[in-house]
Amino acid sequence: MHELSIAMSIVEMAQEEAGLRGNVQIQAVHLRLGLLAGVVKDALLSSYEMACETTPLEGSRLIIEEIPVEIYCSNCKAQRPVHSIQYFCCAECGTPSAEVTRGKELEVFALEIRE
Amino acid sequence: MSPEPRMVEVRKNVLKQNDVIARALRERFREEGILAVSLVSSPGSGKTTFLERTLTLLRPNHRVAALVGDLATENDAQRLARSGAPVKQITTGTLCHLEASMIQKALDGWDTGKLDFLFVENVGNLVCPSSYDLGEDLRLVLLSVTEGEDKPLKYPTIFNSADVAVITKMDLTAAVDFNEQALDRNIQAVRPGMQILKLSAKTGEGMQEFLDYLHKSQRLRPQAASAATSRN
Ligand SMILES: [Zn+2]
Repeated sequence: MHELSIAMSIVEMAQEEAGLRGNVQIQAVHLRLGLLAGVVKDALLSSYEMACETTPLEGSRLIIEEIPVEIYCSNCKAQRPVHSIQYFCCAECGTPSAEVTRGKELEVFALEIRE
Repeated sequence: MSPEPRMVEVRKNVLKQNDVIARALRERFREEGILAVSLVSSPGSGKTTFLERTLTLLRPNHRVAALVGDLATENDAQRLARSGAPVKQITTGTLCHLEASMIQKALDGWDTGKLDFLFVENVGNLVCPSSYDLGEDLRLVLLSVTEGEDKPLKYPTIFNSADVAVITKMDLTAAVDFNEQALDRNIQAVRPGMQILKLSAKTGEGMQEFLDYLHKSQRLRPQAASAATSRN
């Protein structure tokens, strides 16, 4: 399981950002998590709580927005949702594609702070 | 009274540090003319036997070395050293994957001389390694015929992140009632167009095709300072 080390990176990153803004108090961290990022949402949520212990982020929330997988479809000539994570073809026309354009995100998107 | 909470935008990649190091490694490999190949698989896929055979076959004509990620309880490095190639172990402790910084640290101060191929054996795990770019040119995902044809559907993320699927232990196909078409179909479903190589490190079947593939990749690799694309 690597969710704990990822949770620790998130906490570290959030603390840095708080520091840059004059040590504001962080109430929540908003994360964008692609379904192809290789990170399990539930494992990350429980790891986050652990990673926050004894840091200024203790008691803060992790809010995860899951990002669906999209591919570039050469037939539609457009970015399209994938049929499923087990079947990489265009959800609209069925053309297979390995060109992933969305869904690998693992990004601290925003912080909810109190000054 | 404290004011209402407010939102501030950050937009930072959590693995940024890893990706920056991976990009630097990739550039370094290109400048030094090294083809870096990483291997991911489940435990028991025959990865170490396959790599030992590969090193042994390449060594007479090429400069090769291997980095091996081992959990505290394992020692694949010792087995690989039998090939005669320089081998260095990276003990990951309880960590289930390699990160770019570990590769960088292992390479610093390791005098291998000039290299043609560097192999990086990841920890036996089909989940965690998928998130971490190691700066490799090629990522091989290994699967033995004994593991079942539906494995790609169970671990689509790692298969999707890999460049080549290597099917090992082909000498056991009859014994385990291996359905080759189903496996090919499942691999193509999670990674359309993926190159699939089938071999047996034990009998040597398919090894030459694999070496040919490595040589072809080495010839076709992008040159240094070109637009290096990251995995992510
Ligand atoms: Zn389409």
